Amino acid sequence: MPDGIVLACLVGLPFVAAIVAGLLPTRARDTASMLAGAVALVCLGLVWSAYGTVSGGGVLRAELPWMPQLGLSIVLRMDGFAWLFAGLITGIGALVVLYARYYMSAEDPVPRFFSFLLAFMGAMTGLVLSGHLVQLALFWELTSFLSFLLIGYWHHTAAARDGARMALTITATGGLSLFAGVLVLGHIVGSYDLDVVLAAGDTIRDHPLYIVALILIVLGALTKSAQFPFHFWLPHAMAAPTPVSAYLHSATLVKAGVFLLARLWPVMAGTDAWAWTVGLAGLITMLIGAYIAIFQNDLKGLLAYSTISHLGLITLLLGLKSELALIAAIFHTMNHAAFKCSLFMAAGIIDHETGTRDIRRLSGLNGPMPFTARLALVAAAAMAGVPLLNGFISKEMFFAEALSATAPVHPLLNVLPLAAMLASAFSVVYSLRFIHGVFFGSPPTDLPRTPHEPATWMRFPVEILVLTCIMVGVLPAATVGPYLDIAARAVLGDATPYYSLAVWHGVNLPLLMSVVAMAAGVTIYLILQRRLREGMDGPPLIRHLDAQRLFERAMVTLSWRLARTLERIAGTRRLQPQLRLILIAAIVAGAGAAFVRGVGPGNLVPAPIDPVLALLWVVGAACALGAAWQAKFHRLAATILLGGVGLVVCVTFVWFSAPDLALTQLTVEIVTTVLLLLGLRWLPKRMQSSSAREPEVLGRTRRLRDLAIATAAGGCMAMLAYVVMTRTPPELLAQHFLARAYLEGGGTNVVNVILVDFRGFDTLGEIFVVGVVALTTFALLRRFRPAADSVELPEQQRDQLEADEARHARDDGRHVADWLLVPFTLTRLLFPVMLVAAAFLLLRGHDLPGGGFSAGMVVAIAIILQYIVGGTEWTEDRLSLLRPPAWIGTGLLLAAGTGVAAWAFGLPFMTSYFSYADLPVLGKVPMASALIFDIGVFVLVVGATLLMLIALAHQSVRGRRSTPRTLPQAKASPRVADAVGGGG
Amino acid sequence: MELVVSLGIGIVAGSGVWLLLRPRTFQVIIGLSLLSYAVNLFIFSTGGLRSGAAAVLARDEAGTLAQYADPLPQALVLTAIVIGFATTALLLVVLLAARGLTGTDHVDGRERDQ
Repeated sequence: MPDGIVLACLVGLPFVAAIVAGLLPTRARDTASMLAGAVALVCLGLVWSAYGTVSGGGVLRAELPWMPQLGLSIVLRMDGFAWLFAGLITGIGALVVLYARYYMSAEDPVPRFFSFLLAFMGAMTGLVLSGHLVQLALFWELTSFLSFLLIGYWHHTAAARDGARMALTITATGGLSLFAGVLVLGHIVGSYDLDVVLAAGDTIRDHPLYIVALILIVLGALTKSAQFPFHFWLPHAMAAPTPVSAYLHSATLVKAGVFLLARLWPVMAGTDAWAWTVGLAGLITMLIGAYIAIFQNDLKGLLAYSTISHLGLITLLLGLKSELALIAAIFHTMNHAAFKCSLFMAAGIIDHETGTRDIRRLSGLNGPMPFTARLALVAAAAMAGVPLLNGFISKEMFFAEALSATAPVHPLLNVLPLAAMLASAFSVVYSLRFIHGVFFGSPPTDLPRTPHEPATWMRFPVEILVLTCIMVGVLPAATVGPYLDIAARAVLGDATPYYSLAVWHGVNLPLLMSVVAMAAGVTIYLILQRRLREGMDGPPLIRHLDAQRLFERAMVTLSWRLARTLERIAGTRRLQPQLRLILIAAIVAGAGAAFVRGVGPGNLVPAPIDPVLALLWVVGAACALGAAWQAKFHRLAATILLGGVGLVVCVTFVWFSAPDLALTQLTVEIVTTVLLLLGLRWLPKRMQSSSAREPEVLGRTRRLRDLAIATAAGGCMAMLAYVVMTRTPPELLAQHFLARAYLEGGGTNVVNVILVDFRGFDTLGEIFVVGVVALTTFALLRRFRPAADSVELPEQQRDQLEADEARHARDDGRHVADWLLVPFTLTRLLFPVMLVAAAFLLLRGHDLPGGGFSAGMVVAIAIILQYIVGGTEWTEDRLSLLRPPAWIGTGLLLAAGTGVAAWAFGLPFMTSYFSYADLPVLGKVPMASALIFDIGVFVLVVGATLLMLIALAHQSVRGRRSTPRTLPQAKASPRVADAVGGGG
Repeated sequence: MELVVSLGIGIVAGSGVWLLLRPRTFQVIIGLSLLSYAVNLFIFSTGGLRSGAAAVLARDEAGTLAQYADPLPQALVLTAIVIGFATTALLLVVLLAARGLTGTDHVDGRERDQ
């Protein structure tokens, strides 16, 4: 099979299966576990199929370019080291799935469990197979996230929720640190590709940023592998179902940290900084973890701290400056996975069959569960490092390294063998406690359940793992030798030293150390046994060094106290101070930049001032100031003045050769004004009154301050605009667009060609925004309830109705209709003219000023005019086609469809096509696909504009119908509501 | 000419900013509209103010900046005008809904406490 398929299946298959498992019915325990088991076995088979390649030192590699310009690709890469881990993940995964099938209760939503477990397997495989640093960081975070989901699987218990949150906080933060670290590393090397990075060891170690990258990456690894001082999340993660603890928190997830350290060992290790950070963390963790493990009363807690300690041992080995230590680390990683996973499973069986995990309550289980007892005994012996078991061999290697390694400072060398022996003695103590406390002693009494042997298949995974422990322990070179060799050579290459895997190396110092440690361990256990049985409240001496409490205090301070304080100091719920701050910051930033960089006079000579334009702008400025002046008490006047400014802007566009803009500005101006006028009705009356609720001085100070800000903002804008205008504009894309508009876009109106062709994708996004905005306004208005003081009919309407009332012969509303008769006739005559004008604007848009936007606005104006003069009922009776939401949908489909149609010709999205058709009568007509796109824009603009205007306008009709009325009402047509879908 | 337009931009922007800082929702909406005029004009002016430059290409011709007005800021502003209209409409409706819910047209949804 090609490399690509093998690797892609290894990573992809678990994710696909995770989705499938997630979709299974809640009670489908057997189906889900069969699926998960099959996937794990298939993946294991795939890993095995790669053995031929990697055993010869080859590397499987598949690359899928994503953003090659940025050096971002998806690279899957499997060398011997990754192969070993992939085998570990899939192999143990298969065993854990089998175990979980029997462990999980039928009451639990088991498919969800397997879904998470499979996804985790995929993420973990992706992590070890990543050939790209960024991708590695991504999978890294994914494993943290899935671990969070799995720990929190029983989310109805507080312990699971807290444990999951703590694990995520620690490991995901470490993951971010790692991400930053690999970015620095990639920057140093100039590539994120793992092969390139692994070949650049000297560059990395000599780079000034080496120490930064080192600290960030090591932080990531230490948090993931639960190293001191981040170790405390692991014991809390024991709230997870036991299969999760066995899989994630002993065999795979926590090994990701040491995997990464070993992966980068050839290029980053060997410096004093590395030895200090990695080695010291490992040393402390190994000792503290082993010490605390002795005093745990919970079986899983004991195993968790023991895991921390063993991970510390591996980290310490990686921190030593020795290739042999690296090999020992890899070896111990495998051994630890085998015996710790089986111990977790045994603990799970005990919990499952007796109902408790408390060592103080358990005893004498050897009687009712003899098989489990023997299996656990062997596994615990492996953990303690008893000869003829796998733990012994890697421990011997560790002792040998502890004796011979070179360390940054000499005294550390004398400490190291002692520390190694001490940790080893402790591991004997807690292993003894596990076995002796649970399986020996008086027969069990007062347990929640009567203990008995578990189902045969539940024990099967434990048997396999324990068998592995024994075989590796007896015949290391024959069983695990070749695989370890593959992995070691993949990391170290030609630098792989000679090493010997054998049970017996003769009587030497490491063996002597083993014997001493064993004896010391047994002695300590005998001394402590009584007190441990009675139960001790935490480990002596360091009882108060509770990292968890520190963590919680830090979390409270950070996420609660600090946030509250900051909010109190800098927060406000009032809009004005916020806007004021933003504006001041913007002004200061802009003016500051200009001040620092300096602004000289421009190179262009300003054109002479045209008196007409100057006069025009005198009017414009007066309008703007007037609008600002009047917006509080005279809203109608302000709206009119705003329109005045808009018209001046519009004329300015014409003046400076931008007819398209002027056209759009003019039509938008009209619609905006109508919109504002419609809104006026719902705002409260505001009279100028002297009854100020606050001292006048305060208000005046505030206004003066705002006036200063406004003046500064306006002044800065004016200066900026002047400075920009008196310089030659930079040569950006203008030339490009001008040169190609006709030759490649087929249109002479360059602005339109840019909108519908060159930057058509932007326009597509824009019309989506317009459509969404229209639907949002509509949705907001559906539930619109006017304020109490706006419910009544406005004064003007009341007058009109009274006038109608006075003459009994007239229907309601005649008064207005009579007054508007002339405009009414005129607008009716104008309607077809406007539609033709719109069609004209639309069709010629590609070549002459016009286009979908302005044409759509013209149609909307034509219709809204009918509404204004003819009234809602009259208009909607005649325009039954008026279904704005349908127009919006059609427009979006047309525009997007034009873009998609390019795919049918094998071209990229939104590629346009054009030619000129010679039609009779009309002559040469441009037939660009962009025209269809523009029609889509047109249809959408019509629909969106109308929807907004009509929805707002209908509120007056609705308001009258839904409130108790004191006055005779105009008949409200039900069609009104139907047309825009509003409820009454 | 440049002076007139830039002064115009400044005055319109200043009026807009003043209104943005006012407490009533209608003032804010007028202020935002004024500010968007100013900003649109400013973006437009970055292409240089050219009166009498051709806006439409002749057939079969690759245009140059020497003859034609810069189309890029124009295209940007055209988009901005339409989006500005949409957001103004949205803001107006949100303000009306807030006014209906809270009974006041103060930007904070409640009158200033004193």
